[in-house]
Amino acid sequence: MAYVAVKGGQEAIGESLKRLEYERLKKGRTIETRAIESGLQGLIDQVMSEASLYDEALAALAIKQAQGNPEEVVFLLRAFRSTLPRKYYSRTVESHEMALTRRISASFKDIPGGQILGASPDYSHRLIDFDLKREEADPFIPKRWLKAYLKEIEENEVWETPLKYPKVMDYLRREGLMATYEADETEPEDVTKEALKFPSKRSQRLQILTRGQTGAVTALGYASLRGYGSVHPTVGELRVGELPITIDPPFSEETGEEEAYYIGSIRVTEVESIIPRAVKTPSGDYEEELDLGYGICYGQNETKAIAMSILDRCLEEPGEAPTHDEEFVLYHVDSVEATGFISHLKLPHYVTFQSKLDSVRKTKKGGETQ
Amino acid sequence: MKNAYNFAFFDEGSKKEIRRATLKAVAIPGYQVPFASREMPIARGWGTGGLQVTLSLINQGDVIKVIDQGTDESVNAVSIKNLIQKTTGVDSTIDTGKATVVQSRHRIPEEPLREEQIIVLQVPMPEPLRFVESSEYKTKRLHGDGEYSGAWLVLFEKIMKFGKMTGGAAHPVYVHDRYVMSPSPIPKYDNPRLDHSEGIQLFGAGREKKIYAIPPYTKVVSLAFDDYPFEVENQEGRVCHLCGATDVFFDELEDELTHEVYYQCNDSSYCLKRLNQGGGDNA
Repeated sequence: MAYVAVKGGQEAIGESLKRLEYERLKKGRTIETRAIESGLQGLIDQVMSEASLYDEALAALAIKQAQGNPEEVVFLLRAFRSTLPRKYYSRTVESHEMALTRRISASFKDIPGGQILGASPDYSHRLIDFDLKREEADPFIPKRWLKAYLKEIEENEVWETPLKYPKVMDYLRREGLMATYEADETEPEDVTKEALKFPSKRSQRLQILTRGQTGAVTALGYASLRGYGSVHPTVGELRVGELPITIDPPFSEETGEEEAYYIGSIRVTEVESIIPRAVKTPSGDYEEELDLGYGICYGQNETKAIAMSILDRCLEEPGEAPTHDEEFVLYHVDSVEATGFISHLKLPHYVTFQSKLDSVRKTKKGGETQ
Repeated sequence: MKNAYNFAFFDEGSKKEIRRATLKAVAIPGYQVPFASREMPIARGWGTGGLQVTLSLINQGDVIKVIDQGTDESVNAVSIKNLIQKTTGVDSTIDTGKATVVQSRHRIPEEPLREEQIIVLQVPMPEPLRFVESSEYKTKRLHGDGEYSGAWLVLFEKIMKFGKMTGGAAHPVYVHDRYVMSPSPIPKYDNPRLDHSEGIQLFGAGREKKIYAIPPYTKVVSLAFDDYPFEVENQEGRVCHLCGATDVFFDELEDELTHEVYYQCNDSSYCLKRLNQGGGDNA
């Protein structure tokens, strides 16, 4: 051929990818996925929740590949999720079956079973702990600590059958203070199998909120709490623990709890917020009633779960604030969608800009047509 | 794990689902069919809608061409083409005439499509009424009622303000006298070429989860008024400095030294083809 096309894209991409790999390796050490799994649980929890894919080992690998950038990690996991055929749906999970590791209530001092603080940074001072540097120099420091701690537990004989407690909300329900609803046993709509249409169903809303970007869900929940909306909740119960997942036997007609297969458990944060609202009585007066906002997400993601419970309540009720507008909330909290569309602005827009330029030039010429 | 993916990335069930939405779109020209858009290995807003449509319909015998802003060598076009080839192993080409499937962003190739060809356009904002109505719930009803006052009003207001039909790419069109549709951000220059095209024109919006289509030989009219007719971008007096073409959409370039403005075919493979056929003045 006599002429060569304007080439470059292919090579430029290759070089850019090489550079990315160089940046990952240049300091001479790489992080092991095992180290990620034992040291970055918070990040693993966050990305599994936003990716709606529960797999700690895969999350750790994605964290390594994306060099810890959460939006990239979630992106990798979601793209992988797209290739997985849907083989089974689990049986309904009852959250009072949760084996608790943490459970608190902000609404009652004494709850049946007591407040269980579990592991949380809530009660720590956020002072950078310079001693952690010493731990790296001497691997026996963490080992000694661990040994002493386990001994202490053994001596106090608190070791440990799974803790299962009734829900705090059941107490309020028995007293008739909570709004009551019929148990809704309709199959939930799967938002990853069918596109969202409006008005949406609650099952769809909860799915979208739970896979929402942590920061986005928190920001909108905060907006509602602070001034754009009227929802001020009391955390009735926040629990963190393991939920058993079971499926019906795949090749059998017989179903039911007895027949079900246990396939593993997931660690979740669940929040039930109590939110007061006014209801009209048959006589035309108003009385106050307590209603529920629900939040749940994979891993220990407490702020997100609480924010989700606020937004759940917001979307159940009409209101002027944008947090009550289901399209405003549901269309904008997804990490992959938001980061993708924002980042597409980095793509060339030569053609569209040329078209805009033409339009601007035409008006600048004072209306004379060419 | 690298080779653990199915042909064309998706599992077969997913491909079937997307094809079903595409068939519905072809059956109702210009109507936006919602579909369960998947997360892809490329970012939302970078052509995931087009990519899903392409991957759902691609077969082993297909030849793929991918362009972005008119060129095969744009980094994102290359990246999408690489992904399609990696997961399918199909051949690729830069020659519009030889491709069976063309995936494009922001342009329709200069060379007209033939009957057996499919063009898949990547769409960022499928809803032509979004600028007048932010609620999807409401725009869906407006389409149902054929209530397009909003779209007309936008054009009218621009004429009132600027004295002429302004606005850039993605000028809305009437499809088959029924649905008002966004042609994706193609320049107005490309709008007339949507009309009675021989090839199938598919539109995929991944983030917004919509697929729509213009089947072959469908009437497509750009929205305009009788006294303010539709105008394409001004290409008058422009000549491609490489191949000498005059009737194409141009990139505007500036000479680094003399600051003189010169023009070049935006469709780079069309330009190359003309050059190789000896059509260029500079040949």
